[in-house]
Amino acid sequence: MLHFIIYDVLGTPAILVGLFSLIGLLLQEKAVSEVISGTLKTIMGFVILTSGAGIIANTLTIFSQLFEYSFHIQGVVPNTDAMAALAQKNYGTATAMIMVLGMLINIVLARLTPLKYIFLTGHHTLYMAAMLAVILSVGGLSGFWVVAIGAIILGAMMVISPAILQPFTRKITNTDDLALGHFGSTGYLISALVGKVVGKGSPSIEEVKVPKSLNFLRDSSVAISLTMMILFLVLVSVAGKSFVEETLSAGQNYIIFAIIQSLTFAAGVYIILAGVRMVIAEIVPAFKGIADKLVKDAKPALDCPTVFPFAPNAVIVGFLSSFVAGLVSMFLCPMFGLSVIVPGLVPHFFCGATAGVYGNITGGRRGAVVGAFAHGLLISFLPAILLPMMGDMGLGSTTFGDADFGVVGIILSHIIAIFN
Amino acid sequence: MKKVLIVCGNGLGSSFIVEMNVKKILKEINKDAEVAHTDMTSAKSESADIILSAKDIAEHLSGHSAKVFGLSNLLDNNKIKEILEENI
Repeated sequence: MLHFIIYDVLGTPAILVGLFSLIGLLLQEKAVSEVISGTLKTIMGFVILTSGAGIIANTLTIFSQLFEYSFHIQGVVPNTDAMAALAQKNYGTATAMIMVLGMLINIVLARLTPLKYIFLTGHHTLYMAAMLAVILSVGGLSGFWVVAIGAIILGAMMVISPAILQPFTRKITNTDDLALGHFGSTGYLISALVGKVVGKGSPSIEEVKVPKSLNFLRDSSVAISLTMMILFLVLVSVAGKSFVEETLSAGQNYIIFAIIQSLTFAAGVYIILAGVRMVIAEIVPAFKGIADKLVKDAKPALDCPTVFPFAPNAVIVGFLSSFVAGLVSMFLCPMFGLSVIVPGLVPHFFCGATAGVYGNITGGRRGAVVGAFAHGLLISFLPAILLPMMGDMGLGSTTFGDADFGVVGIILSHIIAIFN
Repeated sequence: MKKVLIVCGNGLGSSFIVEMNVKKILKEINKDAEVAHTDMTSAKSESADIILSAKDIAEHLSGHSAKVFGLSNLLDNNKIKEILEENI
């Protein structure tokens, strides 16, 4: 019986996540029908996101073969959603445990310390849990310690990350009632500080006319399809028709093959997001319900698009500037002996845009441009430095993109190395 | 039963928070509606009576059969309350 509970129930991540959601629904005293549907949807969501990971893994293998053959170096497209889903195959149980315990530690810290933040960006909680599970396991820690240390770090990050940005978030939103809850926070902090330094007297970017036509990239499926299509088309052109059709595509025309592979990757991410949406749909309201009961004057920390409407121009300029820095980094990284980090439109759009908003608030026009550029360098170099620290997970062609994943992962890896 | 759909770029974070707020407001004003959140790609193929999203995203959803409301502040619950009171 004990063996069944420990190995079969707790060892099957989908069941474990479903169990957490069941407890959450019961705690909220939901109707029986809602408890049943919520629990089933959570388990199904987890199964969906792991299926998406399977689809992506295949395409990424082809991508890395093409990249290696063309340039004789490892090429990586950071995509946090995809990476977190891939990690579920081997680190699913640890991820689920770290996620739920981390949320509880977040509530405890918000109650006991002056950092009254409740981190409501559920998908980032899940992804950070996945990253911690990978880093700690690769570092050679045993199951219990992976979960314990992972949860403490996650819970701490859930209040520290909104806290470091709050002085600037307050200025952006004109209120102290909410915070930014997004694990790209170190990048936004850098952008705000750079803005402070370079932006003396620069007028706000919101007074400039910026073309709004790039807004369609906020649709992440479109952004991913575009990036991957351009990449694959460049790669098959460099690798050449004969190599592609003889070794990879089983005779399918190399251009068609490139298009289908790139859209398969985008479809995989779309599936992962659908699964993630279902997993967090039941867990976050339970978390928020418990937090509201236990923490007076709690401040919700919310996803980065929350600040976009306050500075629509900074969003576009921040994305462009960050993306240009990503392109520059493609050539810089190999000079330092690092893998080539191919700039993805999704991390640069969502995080670069946010960096632009924070740079603009401290340094106006110049702050938005230079701050977001600094951010773009950061989210290219951090993933490259993090890569070798993730064991077998670092051999793939994708990795965690947002800044905090790199910062936490790199620091943690070094600390573990000291103890070993 | 009317359906309110909240849309953001990824359909993960901000639209989900707004969904929770909408549910709370509906309770306050004693009205009933189905509430869901999704991403921009899926929004086109999902039916709804009312769509709430950030202003810049609303521009891309103008072809939708639902009434689309672009919010300049996603967390302006008073504005959302007004929209819900008038349209449900």
